[in-house]
Amino acid sequence: MDVLVCVKRVPAVGAEILLTPDATAIDTRHLGFTLGPHEECAVEEAARLAARTGGSAGVLTVGGPETEEQLRYAVSMGADHAVRVDAPGADGDPEAVAAAITDALRALPPYDLVLFGAASADAGHAQVGVRVAHALRRPVVGGVKGIEPGDGSVSLRREAGDGVAVYEAPLPAVAAVLEGLNLPRYPTIKGRLRAKKVPVRVLDAAPPAGNLRTRRLRHRPEARAETVVLGRGAAAAPAVVDVLVDAGVVR
Amino acid sequence: MVLAVITRDGDGALSVASAELLAAARGLADELGDPVEAVAVGAAGDLPDDLAKRGVGRLHLLAHPLLDDPAPAVVGEALAQLVAARRPAAVLAADADADAAEAMAWAAAEVGAPLATACTAIRPGPRGRDEPWVVTRERSGGILLEDAELTAPVRFATLRPGGHSTGETAAAAEVTVEVLVPELDAAVPRARLVERGGRAAGTTLATAPVVVAGGRGVGSAEGYAVLEELAGLLGGVVGCSRVATNNGWRPHADQVGLTGTRISPDLYVACGISGATQHWVGCMGARAILAVNTDPEAPMVTRATWAVIGDVHEVLPAVVAEVRRRSGR
Repeated sequence: MDVLVCVKRVPAVGAEILLTPDATAIDTRHLGFTLGPHEECAVEEAARLAARTGGSAGVLTVGGPETEEQLRYAVSMGADHAVRVDAPGADGDPEAVAAAITDALRALPPYDLVLFGAASADAGHAQVGVRVAHALRRPVVGGVKGIEPGDGSVSLRREAGDGVAVYEAPLPAVAAVLEGLNLPRYPTIKGRLRAKKVPVRVLDAAPPAGNLRTRRLRHRPEARAETVVLGRGAAAAPAVVDVLVDAGVVR
Repeated sequence: MVLAVITRDGDGALSVASAELLAAARGLADELGDPVEAVAVGAAGDLPDDLAKRGVGRLHLLAHPLLDDPAPAVVGEALAQLVAARRPAAVLAADADADAAEAMAWAAAEVGAPLATACTAIRPGPRGRDEPWVVTRERSGGILLEDAELTAPVRFATLRPGGHSTGETAAAAEVTVEVLVPELDAAVPRARLVERGGRAAGTTLATAPVVVAGGRGVGSAEGYAVLEELAGLLGGVVGCSRVATNNGWRPHADQVGLTGTRISPDLYVACGISGATQHWVGCMGARAILAVNTDPEAPMVTRATWAVIGDVHEVLPAVVAEVRRRSGR
């Protein structure tokens, strides 16, 4: 099974996030970059599926040359080839990014399964995978937490309410996955060496601009409560149970 | 017209997320001077009665053999056809309804429209349809808010929970039910539901009234025993922070936060959790928070309703003993 994972370079933010002076983006001057957790799981799953089925695990991103850092990281985790789609106009807009990926998929050799993270860790638009599937007229399931390859099809498990739902999709198919699908491995020394040398295939795309335009980002209003300190250590237990009784959880 | 994509829970009743969505749709429709209409898949059931109490005068039902057990995207195909026929000013769904949200993405793609997800507010321009609307949406999992312009003849948006009552509102005199049988080419490859697993036993993290969660301060997988015990006594479940998942102390299914479950229990007991923003966005919906932490300056402590300064393994056993003493268990 040939699998392609679409990933996004996102800032590795800490507890405090600084914004640019015009407040349209995160100030990344002092930040590193990473893959979101959903996408790390997608890369891990692609590597496992490729190993199990004797197929390949590709990784693709949309962005400038700097995004090759994340492609190489995915290769160090087990992906075996990398594609960068240079689409300067896309600028993170979900419609434009989906169009750029769709163009690339039409130019690349066919993949049986294209994986996305359920949502990017920064913008969180949660729709690029479905848009790509729509453009290519492929079956798609999101929120996936289990993938089992079948004969000409793939079984995709997701949580639904209190239970689970299993979908079967004929190949080629698209899935958007959630963290928890697997436990991603750390890159090995061998993987890192391979990642250094792997050639990155670069495709150009010029998608039309999308219609959701960021005006500004802002922080949530600070949530600081008037905390009542009930005490220190074990001696606080009676005061704790008093408030639990008041809250109605101890009767 | 504002179109709300509603879903039903396991018993066939309007889902809680849909009830909240209808209240938000009502607010937007009032601003526009438009009516609210609803769309659902399948038979009417009790929906018309439910909708009448919420001031919705028209229910569209999507009916097709391919919609009997559909993948969410297939519902999106049908939804796109309804939108093309009715041209609503806005189409809304609840983020919490994962199926509806996924159908929205497909429908927006089919209509060729943008989709604003994770919205906390939608503000139409003064001239309604003819200019960009401004939406506020969550980014970075809710750590940041984004004000964005949404420009399209039909505005697709999914809404975050919170801020709207799920109660009944102005009543509609009667609900007109219209059935749309979409044209779906059976030859197009689609995902289909092949198995639906039974409900997991007991209360889930997402719905539990009390969550007792532990982080770094718990120290080990075995350290969660006392959290399990307290959760059992309070009728709740155990959760954890990402530290606990990464250390292999708890399964990912227990994780509260940005990449885990976002919860809104009546009481959240945060044990040895510092309250990094990535965790905070998962539990900030709790009605009350009790923080147990050695650090009085930890963000979780300063944001909590109540706090105890101390080590989890000193405080919790004493609390468990006191609960047992008072409740005689």
